[in-house]
Amino acid sequence: MGGEVVSGGIGRSVPRPDGPEKASGAFRYAGDLRVPGMLHARTLRSPHPRARLGRIDAAAARRLPGVAAVVTAADVPGVATYGLIVADQPVFAATEVRYAGEPVAAVAAVDAATARRALAAIEVDYEPLRPSTDPEQVLAADAEALHPAGNLFREIDIRHGEPGVDGSVVVEDRYVVGMQDQAFLAPEAALVSPAADGGVDLRVATQWLHSDREQLAACLGIPENLVRLTLAGVGGAFGGREDVTLQIHGALLARVTGAPVRIAYDRVESFLGHPHRHPARMWFRHTATADGELVSVQANVVLDGGAYASSSPAVLANAVTHAAGPYRVSHARLRGVAVRTNNPPCGAMRGFGVPQVTIGHEAQMDRLADALGLDPVELRIRNAVRPGDVLPTGQVLGAPLPARELIQLVAARPLPPPPPAVDVTGLALPGGLPAAAEPSRVRRGVGYALAYKNLLFSEGMDDSSAARVRLDLTDDGTPRVRVHSACAEVGQGFVTIAGQIARTELGVEQVVLAPADTAVGSAGSTSASRQTWMSGGAVRGACVAVADRLLARVARAAELPAEVVEAPRRTLRIAAGQIVGVEAGLRIAIADALAEGPIEADYTFHHRRTTALDADGQGDPHVAFAGAAHRAVVDVDIDLGLVRVVSMALAQDCGTVLNPLSLRGQVEGGTAQGLGLALMEELVTVDGVVVNPTFHDYLLPTTADVPDLDFVAVTEPQPDAPYGVKGVGEAPTCTATPAIVAAIRAAVGRDLRRVPVRPQDLVDLPTRSDLPRSDLPTSPHLPTRSGVAPAGGASTA
Amino acid sequence: MTAVAPDGFAAGPTGTGETAGTDGEATGTDGGATGAGGGANGGDGGEAGVGGGETGADGNESYRLNVDGFLRTVNGARLGDSLLTVLRDTLGVTAVKDACEQGRCGACSVLLDGRLAASCTVLAADADGTRVVTVAGLGGAGLARAVRAMFLAEGAVQCGFCTPGFVVAVTDLLTRHPDADEEEIREALAGNICRCTGYGRILAAVRAVQAERSLLRSGDAHSSGQTQRPPDGGPDGG
Repeated sequence: MGGEVVSGGIGRSVPRPDGPEKASGAFRYAGDLRVPGMLHARTLRSPHPRARLGRIDAAAARRLPGVAAVVTAADVPGVATYGLIVADQPVFAATEVRYAGEPVAAVAAVDAATARRALAAIEVDYEPLRPSTDPEQVLAADAEALHPAGNLFREIDIRHGEPGVDGSVVVEDRYVVGMQDQAFLAPEAALVSPAADGGVDLRVATQWLHSDREQLAACLGIPENLVRLTLAGVGGAFGGREDVTLQIHGALLARVTGAPVRIAYDRVESFLGHPHRHPARMWFRHTATADGELVSVQANVVLDGGAYASSSPAVLANAVTHAAGPYRVSHARLRGVAVRTNNPPCGAMRGFGVPQVTIGHEAQMDRLADALGLDPVELRIRNAVRPGDVLPTGQVLGAPLPARELIQLVAARPLPPPPPAVDVTGLALPGGLPAAAEPSRVRRGVGYALAYKNLLFSEGMDDSSAARVRLDLTDDGTPRVRVHSACAEVGQGFVTIAGQIARTELGVEQVVLAPADTAVGSAGSTSASRQTWMSGGAVRGACVAVADRLLARVARAAELPAEVVEAPRRTLRIAAGQIVGVEAGLRIAIADALAEGPIEADYTFHHRRTTALDADGQGDPHVAFAGAAHRAVVDVDIDLGLVRVVSMALAQDCGTVLNPLSLRGQVEGGTAQGLGLALMEELVTVDGVVVNPTFHDYLLPTTADVPDLDFVAVTEPQPDAPYGVKGVGEAPTCTATPAIVAAIRAAVGRDLRRVPVRPQDLVDLPTRSDLPRSDLPTSPHLPTRSGVAPAGGASTA
Repeated sequence: MTAVAPDGFAAGPTGTGETAGTDGEATGTDGGATGAGGGANGGDGGEAGVGGGETGADGNESYRLNVDGFLRTVNGARLGDSLLTVLRDTLGVTAVKDACEQGRCGACSVLLDGRLAASCTVLAADADGTRVVTVAGLGGAGLARAVRAMFLAEGAVQCGFCTPGFVVAVTDLLTRHPDADEEEIREALAGNICRCTGYGRILAAVRAVQAERSLLRSGDAHSSGQTQRPPDGGPDGG
């Protein structure tokens, strides 16, 4: 709105409203909640990746002093299974366990120690079965079904252009990506209270309150209106809180005992309790003309979904539809399967299927450049998609998507100085002090990656977000906006953005956010880069409706003509704290206009409709995309296989920037998570069992690992989004990993088909014999339900 | 490399007294015991934790802790409980965060007689006689206040779960070493994990505190005034 601008509106680096409490330690996270008389719950989990489940004898546990209840599958009153897309996961295993860590029972007791003792007293008869842990084997004709619903979560086959058309230059290879964990810092927690009306109240750290409610109500066998959730403080999410974990267990125990129940995981249980990023095995074949024009791309992607579906079908769609990357290509065959194994379940994590394929297509683009004798940046510039291009799904790429500009921008950033010939501090070379690299044995490498990532939910889902906005007066007569949205604030900064939008639209400085809960309509999930667009759009729509009513009220009171009352924005506008009508000579304080009562409005925001994919993988599946390009510079100690990321530069397609400081935090955080996947983050399983479920063994990037980010934002507005925004959190996670791996390849001259890159991949160290050697099968093809991938039959560069 | 037993689960019950001697498979993957065991016995996680909790399996003596300047009586805690457990679960000091219980993430950082420590790696009973200072006890003035203010102004807080530990660690660093250079800052804070920010804004906040303090020292040695950055005066982050 024009005129005087209220402070703290959109476009400013407004600080977080919850910041002071978070910095002082006063902010209450889900795990900090306590009520008098509450019980403490713990979960019993299967140690076996696959076993027939016999008798569960909890009699001894129930007899322990202080134990209030033990619940198992027999105590689930409603539907026995739950899930985000398909309800295929048992609340508790009933007849068979399908992954190591699957819940079998839960206990509530007077304190956590008693609850742990009770778990130890539960006797479970397991008959271990041979687990199926190789995702390339579970679709074989003679493979055993691991679940009544079979081993295939989804298969996608995208056919674009003509089959069999090739360029003269061919590169083909396989790539493997390990299992990354979200590793949000605050482990799962909830406080669950039984209610007098037979319902249940949960205060929980989650990404999607209304989805939790739907699944809870079904499994508890009670109507949704008796299941009430309020968001408790959330310490990070990154996709890992999109699935239900402890919610149903806690609610069952609260209803059985009639007492409030605190249910919380520690780090080990957090690693076992939520789905992870899908490990991927991928085959790619790229062909180009001799002068570097991409002709065809073939890809075959196998995602290991683990024991239960979670969001595997949607993750696969993302992976396959993005498999060719942001490049113009006339002919493509992009196939993929998401399969069930006895590995831990996998689901949503930042990037949602796109980081895996970006690792593959960007490695291929570098190899293609090498085969062509072209600079990798130049090859990307020549082939980058432009708005109006037809993507492999048949979708016409909308504007803006400045792919070419992004790679040019990032390539133009100044490079860091060369590695020091003498390391004075011992900190400037790979490994830092403890590793003490010999400077003459350090090699420098530079690598690039370009990607695009879809925004919002895809494939025809009519996704929406609701918000309620009320404009009233405080006790001292100051105007105040109250925003009510069920959007889960997980750290991303929606609470800041919502206030900025309300101030901008209503010209009122004081904005309060009601607790996010199920008393208001669904805001959808805090995922898919969607909340600034979707819930920001809902808050804006509700604010506009409130403003319209306020202006109409003022027009009526001023006895302006009826056409002004009906369309007051033509004549009146809101400035800072005032309603102004220049032609009408009117200027009235908002506080005065509110004297006759508050104004409230609801609004539900929908994005444009998309379509499902047809049998040939054709459609208009994605609402929009955001692009990103990273350049990584690394130093590698070629004796020890240690890598230091010297610098990272990022150019990103951000749309309109609502809060520069928040934007910067998102892209830096996304870059760091991509760095983690490149170099250190992997949940390692042996025969389906996670062997490193602690922060001691699952390594996360620290201040010693993550360099400062040289960041350039491209801010062309997205036409169909509120204010022209784009989601910004995911795209940089997709490009950081392949850029770093490309830089390592450039430094050491190895192919490096496996991510994360480990020291033994760089210096040929022997690998522990009990761990998977490399996960790199010798066959160039990946199996699908309908056979093997199309034959390549061409030379490999 | 691993702190857990080869099957990934059996380490669970070995750490704390109350589950010592129970069958590993029966407790399944209940990780709480793993964490508490590691926490009570030092930063090396499960390996160091084996058997450590037995000393206080049923020990239940009363003792006192000086927490943020208040003498607090601890009743009902086990002698094997970590300082983190006693602070959070016995004394209700939830400003100290619990994220790994292995001394690996710094979320539970406190000062013990002015020395930085991960409270999950310290036995609470051993802290008897020391001054325990949490983020809540750092005070609303001076360096800690500047650190908190700059964390907000520079965008160093997102989910905020690491923030209390970081505020303690940064305050400790700049107390001991106000002019720490880039590499010294990075090395000093490498024990604190942040999963949201990628550290860029945290390091910017540290540099901003240094710049402000340096200005204060050189600008007017006699002045006691503050040059606090206004809350809305954050830099253009883009």
